[in-house]
Amino acid sequence: MPSLKELRGRINSVKSTKKITSAMKMVAASKLKRAQGAAEAARPYAEAMQRMLNALAKSLAGQPNASPLLAGTGRDQTHLLVVVSADRGLAGGFNSNVGRAARNHARKLRADGKTVKFLPIGRKGADYLEREFRGDLVHRELIGNKPTDYGQAASIGAKINDMLSKGEFDVCTLVFNRFNNVMSQTPITVQLIPLALDDAEDAADDADAPQYEFEPDEETILARLLPQNLSMQIYRAMLESAAGEQGARMTAMDSATRNAGKMIDRLTLNYNRTRQANITKELIEIISGAEAV
Amino acid sequence: MPVALQIVSPAKELLARDVDMVVIPGSEGDLAAMEGHAPLITLLRGGVVELHEGGSVTDRFFVSAGFAEITPERCTVLADEATPLAELSRAEGETRLAAAQKAYDDADKSDITTLLPLQDAVLSAQAWVETAQA
Repeated sequence: MPSLKELRGRINSVKSTKKITSAMKMVAASKLKRAQGAAEAARPYAEAMQRMLNALAKSLAGQPNASPLLAGTGRDQTHLLVVVSADRGLAGGFNSNVGRAARNHARKLRADGKTVKFLPIGRKGADYLEREFRGDLVHRELIGNKPTDYGQAASIGAKINDMLSKGEFDVCTLVFNRFNNVMSQTPITVQLIPLALDDAEDAADDADAPQYEFEPDEETILARLLPQNLSMQIYRAMLESAAGEQGARMTAMDSATRNAGKMIDRLTLNYNRTRQANITKELIEIISGAEAV
Repeated sequence: MPVALQIVSPAKELLARDVDMVVIPGSEGDLAAMEGHAPLITLLRGGVVELHEGGSVTDRFFVSAGFAEITPERCTVLADEATPLAELSRAEGETRLAAAQKAYDDADKSDITTLLPLQDAVLSAQAWVETAQA
């Protein structure tokens, strides 16, 4: 049976842990709100861009020598996985889930005899992948402490584009945590290059979509639009991941706070029992002492 | 009859409202979008988007580059960045112009595919400086 002093010490330490976890929960909640707002704000641009891409793809369908961003290199040998995670931990299974999804995807590709390279965004994902795929990480991108910034996504996009033009990979896939709601995030994979556009069936559905004219011409616009779209996809993944990270941290810290509360209750009960037992013991000693006289 | 104008940048929607006419800086020249305009997708050069309402200009935005989608009912401007004209800083424009000029000068002049975007960047920065001056 631990002494009263030990118990008091343990109660105090659990209490201060509870204070920290509940403060982290509050911080995550307010950051979550901001991250969700940013994700919301990026939607109109992405939607308009998707519309333009579909219109362009329809008008250029079946043309040879399309841009490698759209059609790929024609090979399927080297895969680049862009894995979006967080810089910091203490967010439940957030980082390991996305890391595991990337790892499984990579193992499957390797089993098929493909070469796999990684471009992790966020330190935790990079650390996770480094354990198994040391040497295959082409670049480590940190997220940093500031809100998600389009400029950063654009520079990653430019880097990927550059690697593509040098023929360093054939297929590029994005792995990130999709934000379902505050409680749940699921890792998903999205193929970036070659670009997976809506199916031909969908295109036939909106036959009443306007027939656009293009200025200066389709190829020039597409050549500008595709890199922009790449950056935008990465940006959206980063935004979703940022919101998911805060959601995951909030949930994790909420249950940590609750666990700490339960532990305090248990320890306090124990403490009081011990204290009472001690008093009883002392009384018995006094009484039996008095009787003996 | 109005045209539904929407100006968006990757980070946020800057403006969404109905205007009588909007003049946008297309890559091949300025063009005005009114109701009933033929569907058009165009590149933008660095320049000013002008909102016309009730016969006068009500708002001006500088866009550095981007795209615009025009349909008979709406006009969507996808700007890389858009700044209200009043907030446009000339010093910022000059910094960009210097950077763009340097990138252009340092570039490999035999490679037309890399040269063209750099040239666009210089022109856009020039437009920025000129607009901020006026």
